[in-house]
Amino acid sequence: MTWIVFALFFWITMWILNVRLANAGRNRIINLIVPALFGISLLVLWEGFVRGLNISPILLPTPSAIAIRFSTSIPILWVDFVQTFVKGALSGYVIGCSAAFLTAIAVDKSSFLKRGLLPVGNFVAALPIIGMAPILVMWFGFDWHSKSAVVVVMVFFPMLINTVAGLSAKDTIQNDLMQTYGASYWQSLFKLSLPAAMPFIFNGLKICTTLALIGAIVSEFFGSPTRGMGFRISTEVGRLSLDMVWAEITVAALAGSTFYGMMALIEKGITFWHPSQRS
Amino acid sequence: MNNPVISANKLSLTYQTNDGPVHALQDINLDIKKGEFVSFIGPSGCGKTTLLRVIAELETPTNGTIQVNGMSASEARMQRAYGYVFQAAGLYPWRTIGGNIKLPLEIMGYSKEQREERVAHVLELVELSGFDKKFPWQLSGGMQQRASIARALAFDADILLMDEPFGALDEIVRDHLNEQLLKLWARTQKTIGFVTHSIPEAVFLSTKIVVMSPRPGRIANIIESTLPRDRSLDIRESQEFLDIAAEVRDGLRTGHADE
Amino acid sequence: MNKLRFFWHKVGPVVTVLLVIIAIWYVATVWLNSAWAYDKAKRADTTISFSQMVSDTMIQDKPLLPAPHQVIKEIYKTTVLKKVTSKRSLIWHGWITLSATLLGFAFGTTFGILLAIGIVYSRAMDMSVMPWVITSQTIPILAVAPMIIVVLNAVGISGLLPKAIISMYLSFFPVVVGMVKGLRSPDQMQIDQMRTWSASKNSSFWKLRLPSSMPYLFASLKIGIAASLVGAIVGELPTGAVAGLGARLLAGSYYGQTIQIWSALICAAILAASLVAIIGTIEKYTLRRMGIQL
Repeated sequence: MTWIVFALFFWITMWILNVRLANAGRNRIINLIVPALFGISLLVLWEGFVRGLNISPILLPTPSAIAIRFSTSIPILWVDFVQTFVKGALSGYVIGCSAAFLTAIAVDKSSFLKRGLLPVGNFVAALPIIGMAPILVMWFGFDWHSKSAVVVVMVFFPMLINTVAGLSAKDTIQNDLMQTYGASYWQSLFKLSLPAAMPFIFNGLKICTTLALIGAIVSEFFGSPTRGMGFRISTEVGRLSLDMVWAEITVAALAGSTFYGMMALIEKGITFWHPSQRS
Repeated sequence: MNNPVISANKLSLTYQTNDGPVHALQDINLDIKKGEFVSFIGPSGCGKTTLLRVIAELETPTNGTIQVNGMSASEARMQRAYGYVFQAAGLYPWRTIGGNIKLPLEIMGYSKEQREERVAHVLELVELSGFDKKFPWQLSGGMQQRASIARALAFDADILLMDEPFGALDEIVRDHLNEQLLKLWARTQKTIGFVTHSIPEAVFLSTKIVVMSPRPGRIANIIESTLPRDRSLDIRESQEFLDIAAEVRDGLRTGHADE
Repeated sequence: MNKLRFFWHKVGPVVTVLLVIIAIWYVATVWLNSAWAYDKAKRADTTISFSQMVSDTMIQDKPLLPAPHQVIKEIYKTTVLKKVTSKRSLIWHGWITLSATLLGFAFGTTFGILLAIGIVYSRAMDMSVMPWVITSQTIPILAVAPMIIVVLNAVGISGLLPKAIISMYLSFFPVVVGMVKGLRSPDQMQIDQMRTWSASKNSSFWKLRLPSSMPYLFASLKIGIAASLVGAIVGELPTGAVAGLGARLLAGSYYGQTIQIWSALICAAILAASLVAIIGTIEKYTLRRMGIQL
């Protein structure tokens, strides 16, 4: 009971503090503190309610229990991480995005391909591609190669659509200038189309970081050697050791947000000139 | 030597639209000699921008011929015979000002030393020395246009084609740039084709004024200016200036009245 | 004449690409299934010619890659030829998945819009919650599906609801992000104008912010419904593949019934495309009535 009271008290105090801070103004420090306080108070609320209501650890473990399980399982978590993220997601991401990039350049050159492939690509991008996982497991085997293949299929179309949109993003005057300089197709591509396309390309790359991780993990639900984040999640769920499941989720969350954050950082460096980066 | 640098013969351009054919240019006959400053003036739809774009091979005529430097517009473009300045600066935001000016030089194969030398030279011509490491968004509208002009001057082209380059700027900046442009013209001796819809600007800058009228786009009048080549902004108050301006205005009115 | 040219110009390339894809599919069918065909012949101690092999690859029971006509036949068999209430009917399975999708989507959209309104109108909420919403988009939430299903099953919630909850979670975030962008989209001039008319916050919301957010809302709804469908499908995996399209996928993969897998996949694809198209049509109609040209 005291746990619940404490948790609620903490939550309300933090909320009032947050309101105070938010109305005080916006600067970099406050921008970081407010969501951090919110997150912490959420964790305290969680811990308090689980303890106070005596919720079984089979249903919902406390954050402290998860933290303990996390720290004692680092070797396993690391193996899973390498299997799913590094071997599965990352390889598929690189292959899929590069293939989409090269295809986009070919599509940009041929207006026939553009009119034919883009509608089909838009259509495929909306489909539940994850459903191809069992088929790809059948073709490529249980190990990380099939997971990589699923990721390739999942990231290809969104990346293609974004890159094609980017390659036509140059404005008319910039394009006409290239004409007046008598520039060749390749000169125009490298000096104008590609730099102008970077904001779109990075938008695609960022979206695909999430898709890659999801694809790698979920496709492990369809078959996997005895390691990998998806594998661990589904087996530990079966054993009802949910604290391990949550530990794996934490790894996935960290991996996902770091991957995305790195892309955003690179984007800031390359598209420094774009209005969205300058405000 | 007296061969015209730009020569249009029965030049026509017709667009097919859903509402029928649009005669953007009809039967244009025009000769521009070396070193002339020619203004094209007229209301919207008269074809002045289209004519400039045909000279630059950014549009293709449906009839008649256009010759630049004695060859077809296509050959002239591949020979990099002219620099083009648009209504907006069109600077590439991911390149510095210096980088933007180097862009045509890189494409045309100038050496690294030549590039550095030319950038310094043209920045000095437009009074933007020291701005080569800045990015376009750090410059005002007027400065961006000057950079755009510098870019068009960087490589060896005898012809400069300008499409309402000062239209988006305020009057004070515009006056200043007009003066600078005349000084540039005197220094570089280029042949300039200049599209505008400001009568004072056309009369102030040019040696020849081509008045055009719309629907169909055609030349209504060609006025040879009697003003001296060397002029300052004060000349805009002189009687000679006002007479020429009146002649231009008449030409425009007649062209408009035909509709 | 112009209509014909338009048709050819827009539709021609798409049709060509689709025909090429089908052609490649058939070639791949022959290529991938050939190993099995030759194997079979070897075990029967006979040899087969190339054309015999080709025809064999088209009619295998558990092909590595079913031919298009095999998939179409299977879909026909399990939709038109089966009673809608039969446990083998693809329509029945499709409906199970669809109901979870729609329920989750409805909840996710409602909560998403409410949260977006809260974020736009409360500074504290904006600064506390919005960063987490954005971060959560980078977290592979789908990986959590098995756990959610099992936990909810343990407290007695099973069947439709757990899957709907996953779907709700997946459609919730795109809707929040899109709605926040949309509610904030009117430019300063328009907001100032509202103030000069002494418009109340309520008025300002219903007459300016909400209409301006419509294009953004619809874009998010399209993403949201596709995500909801994926959520429902993945949600069917942990329960041991009982019902729904995801269950058919899993069952097919357990028993090596590749034709079944493909037919379930194509059915899911058709479902996704139809749902997005329906939203697209509603969008077109609504925006046109509001005067927004797309």
